[in-house]
Amino acid sequence: MSGANRIKGKGRLTPAKTLRFKFDNKILTAVEGDTLASALLANGIHLTGRSFKYHRPRGMLSAGPEEPNALMDVGRDAVRRTPNIRATVQEVYDGMQTRSQNRWPSLAFDVGGLNNLASPFFAAGFYYKTFMWPKAAWKKIYEPVIRAAAGLGVAPSEPDPDHYANHFAHCDVLVIGGGATGLSAALAAAHAGAEVILCDEQPETGGAFHHETDATIGGQPGWDWAQKVTAELRAMDNVRVLTRTTAFGYQAQNHVGLVERVTEHLANPDPSLPRERLWQVRARQVVIATGAIERHMVFANNDRPGIMLASAARTYLNHFGVAVGAKVGVYTACDSAWNAAFDLKQAGVSVPAIVDVRPDPDPALVARAKELGIEVLAGQAVLDTSGKLRVKSMKVGKTSGGSTRDIPVDALIMSAGWTPSVHMYSQSRGKVVWDEESQRFLPGRNVQDCVSVGACNGDDDLNDAIAAAAKAGHEAAIAAGSQAGEAWGAPEAETQTSWAGNMMGSAAGAGADTTVKAFVDFQNDVTAKDIRLAVREGMHSIEHVKRFTTNGMATDQGKTSNIHGLAIAAEMLDKPLPQVGLTTFRSPYTPVTFGAIVNHSRGDLFDPTRRTPMHGWHDAHGAVFEDVGQWKRAWYYPRAGEDMHQAVNRECRTVREVAGMFDASTLGKIEVVGPDAAAFLNLLYTNSWDKLEPGRCRYGIMLREDGFIYDDGVVGRMAEDRFHVTTTTGGAPRVMHHMEDYLQTEFPHLKVWLTSTTEQWAVIAVQGPKAREIVAPLVEGIDLSNEAMPHMSVREGKICGVPTRLFRMSFTGEAGYEVNVPADYGEAVWKALWQRAEALGACAYGTETMHVLRAEKGYIIVGQDTDGTVTPDDAGLNWAVAKKKPDFVGIRGMKRPDLVASGRKQLVGLATKDPGIVLEEGAQIVADPNQAVPMTMIGHVTSSYWSENCGRSIAMGVVVDGRALKGKTLYVPMPDKTIEIEVTDTVFIDKEGVRLNG
Amino acid sequence: MADIAHATRIEPLAGRIGGAAGVALTPAAPANRVSLRADPADAKALSKALGLDLPVTPKSSARNDHGRLVAWLGPDEWLIIDENADPLTDLVKVTALHSAVDISHRNTAILVSGKGARATVQSGCPQNLSDKVFPVGSATRTVMGKIEVVILRTAENEFRVECWRSFSDYAFGMLSESAKDCLA
Repeated sequence: MSGANRIKGKGRLTPAKTLRFKFDNKILTAVEGDTLASALLANGIHLTGRSFKYHRPRGMLSAGPEEPNALMDVGRDAVRRTPNIRATVQEVYDGMQTRSQNRWPSLAFDVGGLNNLASPFFAAGFYYKTFMWPKAAWKKIYEPVIRAAAGLGVAPSEPDPDHYANHFAHCDVLVIGGGATGLSAALAAAHAGAEVILCDEQPETGGAFHHETDATIGGQPGWDWAQKVTAELRAMDNVRVLTRTTAFGYQAQNHVGLVERVTEHLANPDPSLPRERLWQVRARQVVIATGAIERHMVFANNDRPGIMLASAARTYLNHFGVAVGAKVGVYTACDSAWNAAFDLKQAGVSVPAIVDVRPDPDPALVARAKELGIEVLAGQAVLDTSGKLRVKSMKVGKTSGGSTRDIPVDALIMSAGWTPSVHMYSQSRGKVVWDEESQRFLPGRNVQDCVSVGACNGDDDLNDAIAAAAKAGHEAAIAAGSQAGEAWGAPEAETQTSWAGNMMGSAAGAGADTTVKAFVDFQNDVTAKDIRLAVREGMHSIEHVKRFTTNGMATDQGKTSNIHGLAIAAEMLDKPLPQVGLTTFRSPYTPVTFGAIVNHSRGDLFDPTRRTPMHGWHDAHGAVFEDVGQWKRAWYYPRAGEDMHQAVNRECRTVREVAGMFDASTLGKIEVVGPDAAAFLNLLYTNSWDKLEPGRCRYGIMLREDGFIYDDGVVGRMAEDRFHVTTTTGGAPRVMHHMEDYLQTEFPHLKVWLTSTTEQWAVIAVQGPKAREIVAPLVEGIDLSNEAMPHMSVREGKICGVPTRLFRMSFTGEAGYEVNVPADYGEAVWKALWQRAEALGACAYGTETMHVLRAEKGYIIVGQDTDGTVTPDDAGLNWAVAKKKPDFVGIRGMKRPDLVASGRKQLVGLATKDPGIVLEEGAQIVADPNQAVPMTMIGHVTSSYWSENCGRSIAMGVVVDGRALKGKTLYVPMPDKTIEIEVTDTVFIDKEGVRLNG
Repeated sequence: MADIAHATRIEPLAGRIGGAAGVALTPAAPANRVSLRADPADAKALSKALGLDLPVTPKSSARNDHGRLVAWLGPDEWLIIDENADPLTDLVKVTALHSAVDISHRNTAILVSGKGARATVQSGCPQNLSDKVFPVGSATRTVMGKIEVVILRTAENEFRVECWRSFSDYAFGMLSESAKDCLA
């Protein structure tokens, strides 16, 4: 027998299929199909943890997803361990390890329980009021201490070894909830020919039939009918039934997130299976059949282990075959708790009394109780309870006052009525409406293509609810476009259980004073008095009450507490309940793991890593890579014994003395084609393109509308109507969008098309005095002589037998080429060029050397020497702005008063007086180093390097009216010293530019 | 210059194999590809030159007997794929205004085939790829995970996923991950 409290012949589990699991340090036995909660209860264990704030002993309140108390640490090993798992939904598997939380040193004796004794000091808003002074102490003392003491459970420290799947699914009808109405809606929709997805968070469908065993549908017990219908649905091609699958988020346009727990219930899951699946469903129609959640009664000390919802006790009995106690008291304001009592009594459990706050409960129920020998105490209340780690007795008395009586119990089941689960409806942006007659919030108008059916819609009568659900399912199918198909006739249904009776707010035993602990929100330890206090302190909106008390703000989102909290606030404010308002339900309905949300997007798939066609060669030749956006770019190629500095110095020297090869494939490239191509470029760049002949290139600057530099690059004219545009590496996608945007919105009259060719071409820059010697023997059909192909020209021909667009251009100041070849040939052509380069003493160089070489020539890098507030004039690039063009993007922005006024920061060269000092990029520049702090900063360093070729450091920076300061001394104050600098020209090497034409 | 060794074409996914129970992932053979832009009014002249009818319906494609494949990507944009002939050669003689740009090496493709092919591709793509909405012959430019792709359904259980070459490692990785659960 798996547990002393298992009742022979009760429940739906197979007693022979036993499992073993560990709870703290005990090995316990369970039956296959048990939840952790039912298995613990079968073993007589109610105490599962300590509460969040007061560390009060707590046990299972519910048997479902609404559980606020029984949160445990569950796992199969050290790396597969998850905190805060609700014991009421976690199925037991053989070998499962579970631990209680929020207790030290042990569950039974917990030092944190002192908080309970000190609780008068921990009233609502305590933290807001107490830790105000001294202000500095909050960050250093109060917050760290409070944070360490707060929080529930311990996050795992190991990486998650499992994998998670993602599926996008599209269907005609999504049915959320597999109870009687959900199944009816799904079957009706499926019969009408719709593609249907039905999800239910439990291991099996059946919904309320888990506890309600006195219902029949079509003459069969409700549970059997549910299983039969589910089998029927599973067998249909147009239906997908997902159990253990929670709909947690209802987003715009019927996009509903489901999380399916695939292996969390298995002892030895197939490692190829994902641990969880995220289903992102886009449904034409959604049927919400989420049922209702029972509320607890709010009275003094209503949180002792052993006190739980009546429907939960009935589920443990009827589904799991477990009695929650030997002597079970009943406290209710709702009919359904009576049926729970009857079931317990008939199973042989002692039920000393049913206490009903209503003075005149249904006579039929009273008669049935009498028949079973259960004492009925109508118009009475449970005023208090006793018991330390488990409830021992209940104190009962008339709601009107008078004498009281203690009744010994070892469990107390309760019901204050049922709250329709409007979470999904509310998440769909629907506004709930107060139903005066039944005193509850119900779905109002549907704002998306959805409909609510069953208990979540307030449909109390089972027979009517099933008929309505079948109709809704059929209509949803038709609305989703189903034409054919038959109507499914809902069978007759009836039940002995009534869910009538509704009590909101505190009961007689909740006390009006400030010491009684009558819990409203178990998970956040919020009591009735806390809510009263909040109102007294001026919180009149439920949103304020909620935040002041934290009622409903725990991970259970107040599934059992919201309505009670609202009712107490309304009573205090003397306002009708709907006027106080209801807080908004947010996704997720129940907690969702990061694993499910992230699914594939981790490790290598977190973000794409882009590599050039020659990446493998760089890697094989020892390149160190740097990340440039998503690209991996070769940074430098250290040889044995070289550090970065030495490698870069060698590369810089070699390029100017011999030659170097550089992978420039990541440069953005756009093919601009059409008769109006030149006209379009005239509008997008500051330069003029009309006179650029085919076969020639030009450096172009692109501005934003505001007149600031947006991007730059070399543009080659391949033909009258065809340009090869290059952009910066980082600018490639945005420049393409910028151009396309203007083409479509501002210049749609132009006949021109843009195509991204960034990845069509591998680009090999060969730069230096021996560049031509390296390239020439491999090229066919192009005259490389200076006369035939001068600096800034482009030719088409062949290299290594494959097509090339060969650019004569330079970003180093040396004569050189940029060899463009179709990308798949990149590696082969690189290798062929390298064979020649290496033999001639050239080197491969990376992005660091490229940066140094261009800085030696004063070539800017957009985004480094510019920051989005730099005009062409600021950057000394006025020569690239056409003076006669009537229009281009940024032409008006450039003329704004602030952009033409004096006092703008201009790009200049900066030479340290001590040539050995390399300035820090970003360092601030001042005119007078002896002024008081804060100093007036007149500029900053944008680029700074050691230049091996110059034999000294070089730098560029922007300085107020900098060009007029050439030859002047300025200062860069640093924490340890002040550096003297001289303002210079931006060109540090080959000022005449003769090397370009070599 | 007779001694110049002819450069060989190395596809970014050369040699990769992947898949799981129910699905195989295969790098597609090298192909000629052209990005064709033109006014749809000129589709007829272009179709004649290309030897197939340019599709003008959104999300559709066309294929001729020689295996040339054209996907509609937008009202004035087509992707032409041909593993044998070069479509650019055929377009040279067309006088109707158009832009034809060689993107043979910009893109590469992964063939996804098997019972679980649809689920594998669907795992990373929010678009509806079901038989009803995305039957054989459908084509779409869309996203897969964090990248842009063109998806063509070439047979009931065969999809061609085109992406830019530097994203192909990510695409192959995404599809390999998705493949693991394609029979769910």
